[in-house]
Amino acid sequence: MTVGTPASTVLDKDGLDALIALLAGDGRTVIGPTVRDQAIVLAEITSGAELPYGWGVELEAGHYRLRSRTDGAAFAHSAGPQSWKTYLHPQRERQWTADLTADGDMEVREETSQPPAYAFIGVRPCDLRAIAIQDRVLGGGPHADTRYAARRRQAFVVAVECTEPGATCFCVSMGTGPAVGPGYDLALTEVVDGGGHRFLARAGSAEGEEVLSRLPHVPADEETAGTARRLVEEAAGRMGRTMPEVDLRALMQETLDADRWNDVTARCLTCGNCTMACPTCFCTSVEDVTDLTGEHAERWRRWESCFDVDFTHLSAGPVRASPLSRYRQWLTHKVGTWHDQFDSTGCVGCGRCIVWCPVGIDITEEAHALNAERAAARGAGEVSR
Amino acid sequence: MTVLAPDARPALPPSPYRVVDRGRETSDTATIVLEPVRSALPPFSPGQFAMVFGFGVGDIPLSVSRIEGDRLTHTVRSVGAISTRLASLEPGAPVGVRGPFGTGWDLSAAAGLDLLIVAGGLGLAPLRTLITAALRAPERYGRLNVLVGARSPGDLLYAGQPERWRNAGARVLVTVDRPDDTWRGDVGVVTGLLNRAGFDPDRTVAFLCGPEVMMRATARDLARRGIAPDRIQLSLERTMHCGTGHCGHCQLGPLLLCRDGPVVRWDRAEPLLAVREL
Repeated sequence: MTVGTPASTVLDKDGLDALIALLAGDGRTVIGPTVRDQAIVLAEITSGAELPYGWGVELEAGHYRLRSRTDGAAFAHSAGPQSWKTYLHPQRERQWTADLTADGDMEVREETSQPPAYAFIGVRPCDLRAIAIQDRVLGGGPHADTRYAARRRQAFVVAVECTEPGATCFCVSMGTGPAVGPGYDLALTEVVDGGGHRFLARAGSAEGEEVLSRLPHVPADEETAGTARRLVEEAAGRMGRTMPEVDLRALMQETLDADRWNDVTARCLTCGNCTMACPTCFCTSVEDVTDLTGEHAERWRRWESCFDVDFTHLSAGPVRASPLSRYRQWLTHKVGTWHDQFDSTGCVGCGRCIVWCPVGIDITEEAHALNAERAAARGAGEVSR
Repeated sequence: MTVLAPDARPALPPSPYRVVDRGRETSDTATIVLEPVRSALPPFSPGQFAMVFGFGVGDIPLSVSRIEGDRLTHTVRSVGAISTRLASLEPGAPVGVRGPFGTGWDLSAAAGLDLLIVAGGLGLAPLRTLITAALRAPERYGRLNVLVGARSPGDLLYAGQPERWRNAGARVLVTVDRPDDTWRGDVGVVTGLLNRAGFDPDRTVAFLCGPEVMMRATARDLARRGIAPDRIQLSLERTMHCGTGHCGHCQLGPLLLCRDGPVVRWDRAEPLLAVREL
């Protein structure tokens, strides 16, 4: 942080409201958590009143319920059904159009519609890492997704540290939370106690500093800063789930023929919910449509799931025809081969795939089972030697 | 924020090209020659592929089978809606092309050594550019062996080319699975030709393209005969929607084949192809 900037400041609820108004006033589309359809969803918000003050969530495998909170906290809920990829990597997007011309040629136009400048309010540390992971996937490599990069470059990110992990959370295992990592413009930590309802705030970018300076705020007092630090530290000790403390990439490589895949495949419906809810799953398919004249064609891209049997369609049939091979692809990619492809894991420990699986398949339970099976096989091998 | 590598090339949308020539290869396969309408894409290397767009139906990955100035030649078998459309395009028809994508054949690995090229069916298409490149620089390479397998005599691609390759100094052996009355050549799978190819495994680099089962069998056979696995190159096939490493369809374990392939060395490919439905 540059000299002359207070290390951290404190906003109250009005300050948070002012932040939303300021970002909207700057022409940004402000997206934040709000209650709808008995869930905390992400949607465009125009004031702090739309934040889920007083709502928490109860999570388990295949289970999500809202519950009211007596402390009135706005951000004491875990990841909801959506993630920020809904905005940065939209479910459906036109990429280009082509028209046949009178002289029999084809004119191609890249999609030029201006993507909105977003401000994201309440990005959890796990989700902040998920955005960084999609940055590597979609914004990296020899060819970049320029529309993703444009949306990402413009986005103003207000992260919120996690003080209330859910029963399906395992960010500590994945090294993504509950304290916020790099990549935010502003980071908040919500504190509700006898000292009032307030948000410890600090800037992570020049733009964040500039925004913070325009808000009504007071320098952080030691008590607020200390409480915020303690709440995040305590949250780290209250994770509902863990991943086995082994090299997950190696675990996946070494268990490709494990029995456990049969066990999980007997439960998996191959519905693809986990891939839709996952904040890093990025796969897409393209579709070409023409209008009635037959002279105008459009290229659309939409989210796709590796659980779809057509995902690996070749003229000889699908490469991954069996449900076993498709669940194995998802899990081994997520925590294993993602490292080979993009130099990081693809899992941030948010727990969404556990919550939104209709049959409650738990990625951490599967990883532990694979680890146990490998350990047992190694043990047996040692005995036989 | 580390978004967008500075040298990134968006590769969207496709560049307009026009079909300037089309020839029928077999009952279901045609070769189309494309020319840019305005500016050409960056140059393609042997083994790389393009995403070729048929108006209103979509695009598919096609290897280049000939590179001549700005002209791209593709050999297409009609198996789905898009390939059927592309294979039926007449001269003058517009297409869109994206690319070049993927790893090409590493011909430099064969400098000073002999080349063994093994093609099955349509797999000869991406190898044709390699054969041409090797024949153009005979001083750089040793012997050139070309083994070609096809289902039947009617499925052989590039009529007249094998004779030209022979005249240019290559040894070309051709076999078919199902001979007809006129066939006087070899019968059987392409690995059956390996004994007669007469290559020295210590100084040979092999290049394989064809159905996966054929490449697996051939690569195993070659490795058994003593060619080092890192001197065997294969061109692999998986579904591709983007060509740019973003759609996820072309994964083979740790590899994104549009980016890390389609040409992969056998030391990398063997353990991956050994896992069913990976």
